Amino acid sequence: MKRLRDLAVLTRRNLVHIKREPLQLSDVTVQPVLFTLLFVYVFGSGVVLPGGGSYKSFAIAGLLAMNLTTSAMGTAVGLSSDLGSGVIDRFRTLAVWRPAMLVGRTFADLLTAAICSAFVAVTGLIVGWRPEGSVLATLGGFGVFLLFAYGLSWACACLGMISESPESAQSMGLVVFFPLAIVSNALVPTERMPAVLKTIADWNPVSAVTSASRKLFSNPNPSASIHAWPMEHPMLAALLWSAALIAVFAPLATYLYRRRTTD
Amino acid sequence: MTDLMIEAHALEKRFGATVALDGVDLEVPAGAILGVLGPNGAGKTTAVRILTTLSLPDAGSARVAGHDVVREAGAVRRKIGVTAQDATLDEVLTGRENLVMIGRLGGLRRAQADARAEQLLAEFELTDAAGRLLKTYSGGMRRRLDLAAGLVTRPPVLFLDEPTTGLDPNSRARMWEVIRGLVADGVTLLLTTQYLDEADELADRIVVIDRGRVIADGTAAELKAQTGGARLEVTLSEPRAEAPAALEEFVSGPVHVSHDGRRLRAPVRSAAGLATTIVRALDEAAITVDDVEVHQPSLDDVFFALTGHPTASSPEGEAAAASSPEGDPQEVVA
Repeated sequence: MKRLRDLAVLTRRNLVHIKREPLQLSDVTVQPVLFTLLFVYVFGSGVVLPGGGSYKSFAIAGLLAMNLTTSAMGTAVGLSSDLGSGVIDRFRTLAVWRPAMLVGRTFADLLTAAICSAFVAVTGLIVGWRPEGSVLATLGGFGVFLLFAYGLSWACACLGMISESPESAQSMGLVVFFPLAIVSNALVPTERMPAVLKTIADWNPVSAVTSASRKLFSNPNPSASIHAWPMEHPMLAALLWSAALIAVFAPLATYLYRRRTTD
Repeated sequence: MTDLMIEAHALEKRFGATVALDGVDLEVPAGAILGVLGPNGAGKTTAVRILTTLSLPDAGSARVAGHDVVREAGAVRRKIGVTAQDATLDEVLTGRENLVMIGRLGGLRRAQADARAEQLLAEFELTDAAGRLLKTYSGGMRRRLDLAAGLVTRPPVLFLDEPTTGLDPNSRARMWEVIRGLVADGVTLLLTTQYLDEADELADRIVVIDRGRVIADGTAAELKAQTGGARLEVTLSEPRAEAPAALEEFVSGPVHVSHDGRRLRAPVRSAAGLATTIVRALDEAAITVDDVEVHQPSLDDVFFALTGHPTASSPEGEAAAASSPEGDPQEVVA
């Protein structure tokens, strides 16, 4: 099947890119290890969880969320540099299945997200984090993250398409995704945040995803007692957020791609 | 006509206020090479982009290999190979990986794509560099790989957009050889160039484009004949006052005599055997000559006559190109 082959060829190409670009590679290997160690040991010595529990048991799910959110920017940067080079023109003069360009990109990013998760998880296991739920539930916890990461990579594809250079994609990505990752329950409990911030954090998709996987990992989840719909139904909220990201940004990315490559 | 592989009718394209194409017609029969000649910004690349389905025309229509470039873009893509002016390969992949990827995307099976890549790498003398990342390639190597990429799927129609711009004279000569080889294989080719000698050297027919319009069309010889005839230069063994009169019947303008009275120059209409006829006529008049030359006009002369401005391959054009933002600083002209 020509379409599947196009998709496989382009996915592979993007993976080779990540492997050969030191910065992109470090985003999903060195950075997750570093962040995990820094947060567990630096923040972990200061943060006291409401309702008890160890910070490292609490933090690993949050670190997964944070690393996946910030490394999703790779999609924007990669796509933006492809658009700036002539390589997309080359693909367009071949009888390539059109959506393969974007879908191949997001598939490659899904695989990188899995690698990134593995680095966080292994580092977590080394420093003493343990998922306490069943194997199936634990896998489900990772699945929730990967689905969310997949949705984010479509949002990042849009970002890549509207930015003029890989550098501007990188800085726009930082402005959007860094606050998204931080203003959440990922790294600190939201209970003592100022009211406005707390509301934002409790409705932030990153919080829903993090809560859902804490639940699946059977790790400490102080947000469970918060009276906000997404915190009361984190699984459903996480799935809805991810589905919404894909439903909104996949067609938008396709539209933007068409507009950007047609003159 | 049914055997036209490339045909464009009244193509128009504008970008904002800039008119890139202002009603361009092109026709290339199967197996022929059309040279599209014009200075920077004439509209050559825009025409190629439309014919290769990368760009949509604002008006007019075009068919490549019998398929409409707008409505049947997919069918056109299966028939064409393209070597664009800018690099269109993946910098982070090796030469071999690039060709295999293009083969796979072009519909070859894995083993076929591998074999085809090796074959092309050997043909283009890139086998030694095949395992290196593209970003380490020299300009000439990139151009060769780019051309090889256009050939992976053995397309019957090939578009080469300024294949030698920016190359040193050596790489340029090698590129010409490669292009001649392709033509021998029966490929239909549209080649754009800023170099008149290149069009003269490679193309069966030449279309001259300037400011989005076709301003001349014909074989190199026809174009030369169309704009100004040839120039006659006679060097006498010794000055002879009656020499200009003896040349009268052949020239198409005033005869200019040099200070020493030995060299005579005049415009002539070129004709077969003109130099021989002139030698004979002068001999009959008992005028001895050291040298008779009939200079065919260069295509540079032609271009200047057609457009009123010089081309990139003449010294003035070079200076103009260097000062314009589009001027390629690496450009080396043989």
